[in-house]
Amino acid sequence: MTRLLPALAALVFALTLWQAVVWLTGVPHFILPGPARVGAALLNNASLLVHQAGFTLANLAMGLTAGIALGVASALNLAMSSAARVLLRPLMVFAQAVPVFALAPIVTLWLGYGAPSKIVMVALVTYFPVTSAFFDGLMRLPPALDDLTRQMQARPWRRLMLLQLPHALPALGSGLRLAAVQAPFAVIIAEWVGASKGLGHLMLISNGRGQTDLMFAALMVLAGLSLCLFSAADRLARHWDRD
Amino acid sequence: MTAPSLHISGDLQLGAQTLCPALDLTCPAGQWTVLLGPSGVGKSTLARLIAGLPCPAHLTGGITASDGLPLDGRVTLMAQTDQLLPWASVLDNITLGARLRGQRPDPARALDLMSRVGLEGFATRRPATLSGGQRQRVALARTLIEDRAVVVMDEPFSALDAATRAAMQVLAATLLHGRTVILITHDPLEAARLAHRAHLMQGDGLHPLPLPATVPPRALSDPATLSAQANLYARLMQVAPA
Repeated sequence: MTRLLPALAALVFALTLWQAVVWLTGVPHFILPGPARVGAALLNNASLLVHQAGFTLANLAMGLTAGIALGVASALNLAMSSAARVLLRPLMVFAQAVPVFALAPIVTLWLGYGAPSKIVMVALVTYFPVTSAFFDGLMRLPPALDDLTRQMQARPWRRLMLLQLPHALPALGSGLRLAAVQAPFAVIIAEWVGASKGLGHLMLISNGRGQTDLMFAALMVLAGLSLCLFSAADRLARHWDRD
Repeated sequence: MTAPSLHISGDLQLGAQTLCPALDLTCPAGQWTVLLGPSGVGKSTLARLIAGLPCPAHLTGGITASDGLPLDGRVTLMAQTDQLLPWASVLDNITLGARLRGQRPDPARALDLMSRVGLEGFATRRPATLSGGQRQRVALARTLIEDRAVVVMDEPFSALDAATRAAMQVLAATLLHGRTVILITHDPLEAARLAHRAHLMQGDGLHPLPLPATVPPRALSDPATLSAQANLYARLMQVAPA
């Protein structure tokens, strides 16, 4: 309750400000619809929005799962094998320097307008922050713990699982937070580049038809999704931070 | 397990700089050898070398055991920080060595050691819920379960309050009985209580220090212990810069 109340107050403030801007400037509703109009569009198109959001959310979830799983596996591999580090690290640094969003047209060209291109874009965008944050965490075992593993003649795999991995969980948490922020961008951009479904697609279509209120409604739903995603990642990361 | 005596010889060097020249130190089997001395003279460095841990310095001579066997796997270091895993229970911390080697941990033995260090009923507790003294008891149990013949202790009790430290000294002396122990400390009283032999380590080499003829652990209330402490202080004050 104590956390909900300020959030609610901030929401009311934002809506009031929005309505005030609409009234004071007198902008036409097809440029900036007021909150009441967007609310009505949300209700009137509820089933359409849920349907489109479902497609976007499913791709988000699959892309995130794939990106995180691959990222975690890559980081563990890099931590275990110095050969992998020598071969792959420069590649990873290079890949991070490429703006992944710029790959969206290519991904769409190769994989088409359906779900696969969206999933791959989300996976690509989440893979790098997860890999690099988790890998850094794995490699930063405190020297005192490193001494302990030497004295106890630890096996490398056991050292990884019993010491490095638990120690790297907070770092993985930061990677997940970053991934949760970037993933919705990735899915929307992929939908803008080419799609026949989804919230991003709906935004483009309604924009083209002058249905600005529906476009804002879709934006609201997307913002809600992103917020839920981030708070889920944040919860997990906080849980790991505490340990 | 019969503990060997150790012989440490040579100059302790860091690059071209000699930290402590001409070491010729014998640590008798099954006894406590205590090294006192000013900071920066290489005591902790020497502790790491004996424990076989990576360190930037090196000995021009070497470290040999009286039984002629290599020391690998027979030495364990107890450091000032307890190095407990914050995410693991007390029991899991104590059995860490076995788990890291991929062996089956022996919880019965761990529980027995826990009761001997006075931690009965603490098996499922997390380190964060323990006091400094209790944490060092866990570290001691973890050291004991490894069952190494040679134990190097680098100021393990220096962060504890006076009463806890005094209790830990007796506990360590009792439980490490029969092992060859090298204890690094800044505390003359700790040396006076625990040492079979004590040495002052300083920039010009090692110097033997006088100790009471009695067998350690020596009682705090024993006047001989206290006068030994006073003597050790006097020697340390000569070394310390004014």
